[in-house]
Amino acid sequence: MANSLCYGEQGGADSGVEVGQETPTAGGAGFGLFSTDFKRNEDLKEMLESSKESLKLEAMKRVVGLIAKGKNASELFPAVVKNVANKNLELKKLVYVYLVRYAEEQQDLALLSISTFQRALKDPNQLIRASALRVLSSIRVPIIVPIMMLAIKEAASDLSPYVRKTAAHAIQKLYSLDADQKDHLIEVIEKLLKDKSTLVAGSVVMAFEEVCPDRIDLIHRNYRKLCNLLMDVEEWGQVVIISMLTRYARTQFISPWKEDGVFENSEKAFYESDEEKRKSAEETKPYAMDPDHRLLLRSTKPLLQSRNTAVVMSVAQLYWHLAPKHEVNIITKSLVRLLRSHREVQYIVLQNIATMSIQRKGMFEPFMKSFYVRSTDATHIKTLKLEILTNLANEANISTVLREFQTYVKSQDKAFAAATIQAIGRCATNISEITDTCLNGLVLLLSNRDETVVAESVVVIRKLLQTQPSEHSDIIKHMAKLFDNITVPMARASILWLIGEYCEHVPKIAPDVLRKMAKTFHNEEDIVKLQTVSLAAKLYLTNSKQTKLLTQYILNLGKYDQNYDIRDRTRFIRQLIVPSERGGALSKYARRILLAPKPAPVLQSAFKDRDRFQLGTLSHTLNSKATGYLELSDWPPMAPDQSVRNVEVAEAMKEWSPAVGKAKSSKSDDKFYSDSGEEEDEQAADSGSDEEGGSEALSSEAESENSETSEDSSQSEKSSDSGTGVKKTTTQKNKKLQQAKKPRKVSDSDEGPKNGHSCEAGSRSGSGSGSSEESSSEASESDSESSSDSDSGTEQKKQSEAKPAQKVEEKPKKEVSLLDLDDFSPAAVTMTKSSILSPSVLSDLHGLSLAASSPAIQLSSPVFVPVHTYELLHRMTGKGLAAQYHFSRQPCIYDDRMISVQLTFSNNGDHTLENIHISEKTSAGQNIHCFSPIECLEPEKSVTVSMGVDFNDSTQAASFQLCTKAEGFNVSIQPAVGELLLPVTMSEQDFSKEQGKLQGMNESSATIAMTPESITSQPLHRKVVNMANVGVVPSGQNNVHRFAAKLVSSGALVLVCVVQKDSGAQLTVNTEKTIIGSMLLRELQTVLSAP
Amino acid sequence: MIHSLFLVNATGDIFLEKHWKSAVSRSVCDYFFEAQERATEPENVPPVIPTPHHYLISVFRHRIFFVAVIQSEVPPLFVIEFLHRVVDTFQDYFGVCTEAAIKDNVVVVYELLEEMLDNGFPLATESNILKELIKPPTILRTVVNTITGSTNVGEQLPTGQLSVVPWRRTGVKYTNNEAYFDVVEEIDAIIDKSGSTVTAEIQGVIDACVKLTGMPDLTLSFMNPRLLDDVSFHPCVRFKRWEAERILSFIPPDGNFRLLSYHVSSQNLVAIPVYVKHNITFREGSSQGRFDLTLGPKQTMGKVVESVLVSSRLPRVVLNANLSPSQGTYTFDPVTKLLTWDVGKINPQKLPSLKGSMSLQAGASKPDENPTINIQFKIPQMAVSGLKVNRLDMYGEKYKPFKGIKYMTMAGKFQVRT
Repeated sequence: MANSLCYGEQGGADSGVEVGQETPTAGGAGFGLFSTDFKRNEDLKEMLESSKESLKLEAMKRVVGLIAKGKNASELFPAVVKNVANKNLELKKLVYVYLVRYAEEQQDLALLSISTFQRALKDPNQLIRASALRVLSSIRVPIIVPIMMLAIKEAASDLSPYVRKTAAHAIQKLYSLDADQKDHLIEVIEKLLKDKSTLVAGSVVMAFEEVCPDRIDLIHRNYRKLCNLLMDVEEWGQVVIISMLTRYARTQFISPWKEDGVFENSEKAFYESDEEKRKSAEETKPYAMDPDHRLLLRSTKPLLQSRNTAVVMSVAQLYWHLAPKHEVNIITKSLVRLLRSHREVQYIVLQNIATMSIQRKGMFEPFMKSFYVRSTDATHIKTLKLEILTNLANEANISTVLREFQTYVKSQDKAFAAATIQAIGRCATNISEITDTCLNGLVLLLSNRDETVVAESVVVIRKLLQTQPSEHSDIIKHMAKLFDNITVPMARASILWLIGEYCEHVPKIAPDVLRKMAKTFHNEEDIVKLQTVSLAAKLYLTNSKQTKLLTQYILNLGKYDQNYDIRDRTRFIRQLIVPSERGGALSKYARRILLAPKPAPVLQSAFKDRDRFQLGTLSHTLNSKATGYLELSDWPPMAPDQSVRNVEVAEAMKEWSPAVGKAKSSKSDDKFYSDSGEEEDEQAADSGSDEEGGSEALSSEAESENSETSEDSSQSEKSSDSGTGVKKTTTQKNKKLQQAKKPRKVSDSDEGPKNGHSCEAGSRSGSGSGSSEESSSEASESDSESSSDSDSGTEQKKQSEAKPAQKVEEKPKKEVSLLDLDDFSPAAVTMTKSSILSPSVLSDLHGLSLAASSPAIQLSSPVFVPVHTYELLHRMTGKGLAAQYHFSRQPCIYDDRMISVQLTFSNNGDHTLENIHISEKTSAGQNIHCFSPIECLEPEKSVTVSMGVDFNDSTQAASFQLCTKAEGFNVSIQPAVGELLLPVTMSEQDFSKEQGKLQGMNESSATIAMTPESITSQPLHRKVVNMANVGVVPSGQNNVHRFAAKLVSSGALVLVCVVQKDSGAQLTVNTEKTIIGSMLLRELQTVLSAP
Repeated sequence: MIHSLFLVNATGDIFLEKHWKSAVSRSVCDYFFEAQERATEPENVPPVIPTPHHYLISVFRHRIFFVAVIQSEVPPLFVIEFLHRVVDTFQDYFGVCTEAAIKDNVVVVYELLEEMLDNGFPLATESNILKELIKPPTILRTVVNTITGSTNVGEQLPTGQLSVVPWRRTGVKYTNNEAYFDVVEEIDAIIDKSGSTVTAEIQGVIDACVKLTGMPDLTLSFMNPRLLDDVSFHPCVRFKRWEAERILSFIPPDGNFRLLSYHVSSQNLVAIPVYVKHNITFREGSSQGRFDLTLGPKQTMGKVVESVLVSSRLPRVVLNANLSPSQGTYTFDPVTKLLTWDVGKINPQKLPSLKGSMSLQAGASKPDENPTINIQFKIPQMAVSGLKVNRLDMYGEKYKPFKGIKYMTMAGKFQVRT
């Protein structure tokens, strides 16, 4: 205090000048004014220290005014900082503004305020907590880094999302203050990335981009959540997230662009015979988009309708960089729409369109008229539009473009007119048909009154003529005639060069021009002189009789020129062309040197190689790398492990599924809430749901995968390596994860020893292939697809044929299983045709073929079953639309209680079917989650969608109406009892414990007769899992086989136990749902006793 | 992201600066001034200027340059869009966004900027949220504040920030519940010398002024939604519903907002509501030129064309113009060569015309090109595309609101080449 007063007295004059200019008039005022200002400043101090709040506020407002004008108000710091704890919120805020501005300069004093903020961080009002954190993290005082770190960590787990958002911002601030904190900050980022609030998402991704953009591994687990939240994130966050996801996708997915080549191929094949076409289509369809890739594209598409131009642009660049080529077109309209926006927006958007239009003319061609130039446009916008028009010009529209250009050439803005001439030149070179027209037009322009226009025309004509000089000697003559009137040096030089280069075409005129030049040589610009020397040399070589003297004269003039370039050139030319006693060696080649045919210049766009930068970025705008630009990586040649996103997806799912869940069934609410809690191991109820998440994801991913070629099968194998026994580490990790997620009662038992079992577990959730090592070559795998149906069928038949006699009790009810098998064979074939074969099928087949070839690896194979496809709608009934369904045996993504059903629609008619959707759910008590409507289905195409049905643990069919745009069909899905289950794993002990609880009424059992062959565990397991979606429980005894599952809807456990005896087996089913139990028993009986 | 913001007026003075990270010296603006000097018009200043250590991204509105200082890679549109949002907010708060208004309200401006960005990243840009945080200055409030000592700053976190409808505040109350919608369509066109249309398209917006109590849920449907080719929405519009049923369903923000902007598909022929007969000639060698311009209505469906304003930048050789309008007034600025003619209404019986002579610079050659003519006009009670609102329904609240819909057609960038 005394100090500051003292300062005020001593340095009065100084500070008066410095601070005193607060009034705008002060600039021109005399010293007298200064001193009054100084006084006013002095009273600021007093006001701030007064007890009256209104005075303080008034003073602070004036101080802020000073700051806003950029005046130095730092010496008021002590007086201001005292008010930091003031009750008045406005005053406090203004003090904050002041603090943030000057704390860096007055670090010691700033520390006085820290305790106030620390207190405010505990305030019950979230706004106060947040603003305290904001200011605390904004005062750049290195000493308080630990305090900031602590505050951030605390705020990151604050209940209020607003405070958490502020914490995310604070991360960046702390990082810029002290980069050493990076590791700690990454932890916080990791935590906040899991946050499910839309408010936080944008800010934390921003922090991620700034602190650790290379830690892509943090994104995996949050990828799907971010995609799904994207619509609801605030607009600024959307921009940041989209650009981050663009980079992410380029590292994680394989390129969708290869497909294009295929596209063209098959298009060509269209004209060939049908068979060939099919063949080529089958051969060259290696690409299927990763569903996560598709998810990203799908969830960003609606944002093209955003009112925020930055969001639209970022979606556009995402599509440009990530979407298959034929899908990019949807961004065109939106980009063109942005051209209506402010001038600055136009500038950026046009730049991006210019880059795009080079590569893809077709995209913007229909909108060409939107790029017509208006006289009121700013110059840089005019040139950009011109650029785009030039890029878009082709044979079809060139006449319109040229007509438009004609108007521009006459523009009063001469720089623009010159740019137009260049554009005409480019069009002329690009489109050979119009070269002559353009040349003639340009020649006409030579008589224009404006010099820049003429000059530009000459330059462009020269470039054009170089391509085909012989046909245009009259133009050269014309230009030579105009030569006297043209004064622009560049144009004169160009004409001289042209005449020199093609002097043989104008043998009479060329020497005359040289004569004229000799007269005016000393008055010309350097560039003209150089060309004159060249012209002289060329003429000397071709026509030395007429020009020898002239050349010598010019060379002499050049020898004494002031410019050393010209002197050099003259000396060089003289040595080259005039044979002398010493330098004869080169003169032999003079003609070849000077009159060598020169390649025509390529006129190309300035935006040609801009696409090396990510579109929409600052770097792209500047065409140079900006600080902090993150390179967009190339597509990986092989898809990286897709499962990284899967494993974690359970969490992501939990975060967004409640909305769906709530809508669907109020009963499940409790479960959902407990679900969304962060502690996974504490949930007992939804044993399978976590696991579901994981496996579901894989399946959905895998489903759309085209598994026809070996390349792909290897991919899916790779993706499913969680299931392969070879990669034990992964498997174990997987297992642990699963076990962590399993309910306690099931899971707290043996973890370690049984690799084989963990393998099973993995494969169940991951639909992985049995084993990769011993597997036959991949070719054989893909082979097995075609023969798969027979495989599975014949295998069993063989067995039965081998030992048909030993059957004792054959149960009559076998139609179901037989039907299934019958159904299966045609189904598989259709699937293959429609190329939407799910990888589970693939892995099934894989497993089967393996099982057939090497029985040693039987353990993992049982879970894979052939897909039983059922018909939903026959193509005759559906008027061309055929639908089939199968149970994917994967947990449903929409709701825990639903069973996911894969529907395959194929259009067998000859009209495009539009808007296929489910309209009416007629059955009561069953929730159906419809698939999103299919916009259109071309003839001969088919598409697979998934839907969820909650059958309520009954085998009652779910009926609904399937509608196209024109018609509706009543259909129903009939679940088999085995499909109402989801497999679970548990230890043997747990199994017996659970079984103990489900005695009496809950137990149903039967004895069956079996052939000894089928009593070996492998076929038995397969039969059971074929029929019912159960998991194999590891068993210590050879003759006891245990299977466990839970009912999808109610979650009740279903335990199946088969105990082998000499000639038969004892089959026991334990479940609290007795009806299901007995039905299942009956079915199993049939299956097991069947040969 | 955004490091600092400088506001520069037309004469090149920095009159406000704000830093979100450590302060950047205002000398960084020298690069901007350089570019400003090089550009002949303020509109020609490039929006993005690289400097050795920073990048300057600027927008020019209301004769003020808003210059943002950027230090590292950021999508330029992000910054541009944000700056425009700042301007809109200022306009919303102070009625106008001029240098004087900003200087008068420098404290509010500062508070706003502080709330809008945190560490250079946008924090709250929604006008409804900002208005709860910082109340707009009114004379009444200033008086009340001085007496009671209350402040302009809200003490609670705005309810919108956390809700699923961040654009609307809770607890809105009105005695008169009203919802007005303005359908405004603009015709962008280029007409060539002979009077035929080179390009013409219709861009439209629906601006709304909604003053409804509580949490109303509105649906707006069109008679002919297929006209709309490309649309962009206020975030309140439910996209799914639009996709499925072509109905606008939304919980509106409180007050004025732009609900929708759209583009009418280019297949539809655009009716051009005015025609221009022009005869502008310069003769070689003479120092006189003739100017003759007549306007007339065309395809206006019986509506009156109002507020017609013709402007044209004459060639540089024109020294003065001596014209006589049949109606309205005209001005010619000999320095900028800008001719403006305020016509007013077009009366179909008596077409407005502007005739006379231009005196040219002696000895100068005749200009290559005739000037382009820019025309502005308004046609009330008509949407030129034929778009019609079918009905507006309100759900979620009990009362009956007063509803109103107004149509208007305007000239956008309407140019006639002569």
